[in-house]
Amino acid sequence: MEDYSNYPLQLDATDRPMVRFQNVTKRYGALTVLDNLNLDVAEGEMISIIGPSGSGKTTVLRMLMLERIQGGVIYVDGTPLTHEAKGGKLVEASERYLRKAREPIGMCFQHFNLFPHFTALQNCMEGPVQVLGLSKKEARERSEELLEMVGMIDKKDQHPSRLSGGQQQRVAIARALAMRPKVMLLDEVTSALDPEVIGEVTEVIKKLVKEHNLTIMMVTHQMGFAADISDRVCFFYGGRIEEQGPPKELFGNPQKERTQQFLSAVKSAD
Amino acid sequence: MFDWKWDFTFEILPRLGWATLNTLIAAGGGYAIAIVLGLALALAQRSPYRALTLVVREAVEFIRSTPLVLQIFFVFYVGPQFGIRLSPWTSGMIAIGLHYSAYLSEVYRGGIESVPKGQWEACRSLSMSTSDTYFRIIIPQALPPALAGMGNYLVGIFKDTPMLSVIGVAELMHAANAIGSEHYRFLEPYTLVGIIFLAISLPSAGLIRTFEAWVRKRLGMS
Repeated sequence: MEDYSNYPLQLDATDRPMVRFQNVTKRYGALTVLDNLNLDVAEGEMISIIGPSGSGKTTVLRMLMLERIQGGVIYVDGTPLTHEAKGGKLVEASERYLRKAREPIGMCFQHFNLFPHFTALQNCMEGPVQVLGLSKKEARERSEELLEMVGMIDKKDQHPSRLSGGQQQRVAIARALAMRPKVMLLDEVTSALDPEVIGEVTEVIKKLVKEHNLTIMMVTHQMGFAADISDRVCFFYGGRIEEQGPPKELFGNPQKERTQQFLSAVKSAD
Repeated sequence: MFDWKWDFTFEILPRLGWATLNTLIAAGGGYAIAIVLGLALALAQRSPYRALTLVVREAVEFIRSTPLVLQIFFVFYVGPQFGIRLSPWTSGMIAIGLHYSAYLSEVYRGGIESVPKGQWEACRSLSMSTSDTYFRIIIPQALPPALAGMGNYLVGIFKDTPMLSVIGVAELMHAANAIGSEHYRFLEPYTLVGIIFLAISLPSAGLIRTFEAWVRKRLGMS
């Protein structure tokens, strides 16, 4: 059993990133996917996570939203996410606590995961009405505003089966934003899209970065896009951060050999 | 050799008509119990409480491996020894509902498992509660693929109602038996029972398919 007495119950205001991974370890059975990860993401920062498959990059996002960890603590907005304080000590969070703690986090997926039996508008309203307890009217206004922003207001009454991949992903972004998250997780949101519609999704993400003070963590295979909009790029390899830095440095002048190999392999594949 | 009596046939028709109504009520009542209880059993088998999951799984297995007639006798004759005294009607519907709930729970389970994992993840990403996740997102999507199986068991339950005659529920079979022994004529009542069952079962399959298509359309999933 790990001793959690060294972890603060709450992060200090002077040292309070939006997201902090502290000594985080994630295992699937005997396989260690993330090994003692330490990573801070500042408020309003946009980071891209790149790396070969199996490097643990998607796991970084999944731990924030979908899965439990086997070691360390994740803090969001200064408060522990994976653990809760009980009797002045951190213990593993209950499902109930987790659900509440995850509320400031939004997520978009590779395969959109829209609710097929709801229209675009209903997809966006579901969370605000059921989880945040907004009135239908408020939720509708908020959702329509966001559908407008992602350019999907004309299709608000369509079911996902009537929408293209790019359109579905834009609705999914609006659905996540309707919860007014502080942190947004984008998990390979363009990987399942046809090349000609990738642009409409990346445009929306660019707009997000520019117009909202969101903290964004994005896993992507699109190096050009990552270079374009990120404040920082993290290269994952073998469950750890092999190298990280501003996109100009990481892409322009990678220091580690593995980073160089990966980037040249990606470039030749393009 | 083949002496079909039309006047007798018309004489007993009203009585069989009423018995048909009783059969439909018994089947409907049993099905209503099975639909609700089956869902409860399916959800219990997915609960995070291991003990509950195990007990329910064994119970479902037990119900499916023993004959319906035995279960009907058990509820009706053994129940009173434990102070549970029920009318033939109530016992019959409970027994048949219980029996079919075990089968329906498997149908639901298959339906729920056919919903993509991404739907659960989307619910989590919106911090939805477990009950909202099930009742607003997962079950509506699990329903269309489950409807065909649910329809089959509706026809099945209908065809199994004659078993309730053994505890004296006045359904079709019971009525036909009574008519037969009163008049010493079995050809007409039994033939009519067969025709009535056929007339109701046959169109059901088509109706169920139509209903399935309608539900898919309503849910925007076609």
